[in-house]
Amino acid sequence: MKKCYIKTICLIIILSFVVGTGICRGGYDYIDITHPFLRKIPIAIPVFKKIYSGDAAERLSKTASDLLSESLEFTGYFKILDREAFLVDMQTVTSLANVNFHNWTSIGAELLVTGGVLIEGNQVEMELRLYDTFKEKLLVGKRYKGLIKNQRKIVRRFCSEIVFILTGDKGFFNSEIAFVSKSSGNKEIYICEFDGYNPRQITHLKSITLSPAWSSDGKWLAYTSYAKGNPDLYIKHLRQKRGAVISKKGINITPAWVPNKFALAATLSFSGDPEIYLLTGTGKVINRLTKKRGIDLSPSWSPDGKHMAFVSKRPGTPQVYIKNISSGAVRRLTFQGRYNTQPSWSPKGDKVAYAGMGNGRNNIFVIGIDGQGPIQLTHDQGDNEAPSWSPDGSLIVFSSTREGPSRIYVMTAYGTDQRRLLALEGEQTEPDWSPGMVNN
Amino acid sequence: MRKKLLINLAMVLVIPGFLFTVSCAKKTIRADTSLTQQAEDEAAAEKAKQAIEEQRLQEETERKATARNMFLNEDIFFEFDSAVLLAEAQAILKKKAEWLINNPDVTATVEGHCDERGTNEYNLALGDRRAASAKTFLMDLGISGSRLTYISYGEERPVDPGHNEEAWAKNRRGHLTIN
Repeated sequence: MKKCYIKTICLIIILSFVVGTGICRGGYDYIDITHPFLRKIPIAIPVFKKIYSGDAAERLSKTASDLLSESLEFTGYFKILDREAFLVDMQTVTSLANVNFHNWTSIGAELLVTGGVLIEGNQVEMELRLYDTFKEKLLVGKRYKGLIKNQRKIVRRFCSEIVFILTGDKGFFNSEIAFVSKSSGNKEIYICEFDGYNPRQITHLKSITLSPAWSSDGKWLAYTSYAKGNPDLYIKHLRQKRGAVISKKGINITPAWVPNKFALAATLSFSGDPEIYLLTGTGKVINRLTKKRGIDLSPSWSPDGKHMAFVSKRPGTPQVYIKNISSGAVRRLTFQGRYNTQPSWSPKGDKVAYAGMGNGRNNIFVIGIDGQGPIQLTHDQGDNEAPSWSPDGSLIVFSSTREGPSRIYVMTAYGTDQRRLLALEGEQTEPDWSPGMVNN
Repeated sequence: MRKKLLINLAMVLVIPGFLFTVSCAKKTIRADTSLTQQAEDEAAAEKAKQAIEEQRLQEETERKATARNMFLNEDIFFEFDSAVLLAEAQAILKKKAEWLINNPDVTATVEGHCDERGTNEYNLALGDRRAASAKTFLMDLGISGSRLTYISYGEERPVDPGHNEEAWAKNRRGHLTIN
């Protein structure tokens, strides 16, 4: 597996070319970080030009340009312009490097992506460029070479380049989402790509398996399973047969990896009371993090690992609290409503998403860590639970019963562009978005 | 004279002897019939006794089975987001404790369950609290903690798959199983 992984990297040769010296992200606010989804940037993505004609190139130029459109649309930043409105057919242009920008500004495109596809044997060479049509400027251009079957990877690398140029963050194009699915009849852990592509079953425990949690290097997954009768905590390496099982008396649940450490917090009730403990990656208890009688659970770490959000029933109803790990100080974060659970700390560190119940229904809320808000992101559409942020903090994945059985949905961090990620047989619940770089 | 005395003596000995024999014979015959009668009576009585015993045993078995079924099937119920044992739940647990006292070889597992409304993880912890409070209550009634284990299933194993208050009320339960 590892060999194959290295090979893939070697095959994708990236050549940057003619990136103008004047490219400065700060110079032009393409995407307003404070209101990134308020105005979507109109972008034109014509079908890539096939350098030599042939059926394979024909197909690939279409699928690759469509994939690029879909991947960029997924971010919520762009309005993908209808190809029917285009004034130019890219297949007829003589040179990809010479663009008549007026053809694009006149149809309202502010950005343009052009691509060229060359196929030789089982290899593909793709030449991709992003232009600012009004400034008539090349923003980024790359040439990639790799196996035809790795075209998705190539397209997504360029998506990362585009989003990086526009926002200063590489985005989530190499990320994955773990979730629970009952497709096989039992609840098992599945993983799919960020856009729902290629879902695959990871556990085959034929039991009840719940609450997947990614380590911050994307190599480990922790989850709870009843495989041996009791709700035990499993810590598993995704590629190697390594791991540990924590099987103490009572519940062993809600794992949350400490950022950039081989350690995790989890809820154990062996003391007779559900409390949060800090554990090594090999499953040994380091120390106890919550000390109040009554239910404490669902830890979620701040990106710097200095604070931990968690749920506590200490006020009589479940509410979100924040603990400062070094000082030990604990403060209550949520005051609205009588049932606030499943906190998820944003990757930028300034917000916590959670599920709050009102009128018997759960909905997704976001609250500032200073307590500002909260803002309700889902409304009147079934139960909406288990929020988890994309690694760049721009999107939130969650589960919803809005169409009947629970399914996985995605929305922007501001609650716009809500859409279903995938639909497998049975229910899908408890999504957890991986860190930025998995599997590349 | 001496001869007459001897005859008289013989008469004295023989006649009662004869008489005795006769009466004896008669008595024997009578005794035989009464013995048969008695055996029959006794057999009937025995049979009746056995029947009664059998019925008693059967009733006992039924009673035990009923008690066992009640122990297994009679769940205790909770209010939303609560692990507090209601009066009715306490009454049921008292019966369960009695049964455990009468069946000292049995070890049992207390299961804690929740309705679907809360979130999965929190419900695992709530189910844990529910099972633990039922276990503690049984221990307070004299059941050794070594005979009781507990497990939370959260909202993962509803008895009623419905999405209404009726179903939720049934699913917020404590259930006992025999190990």
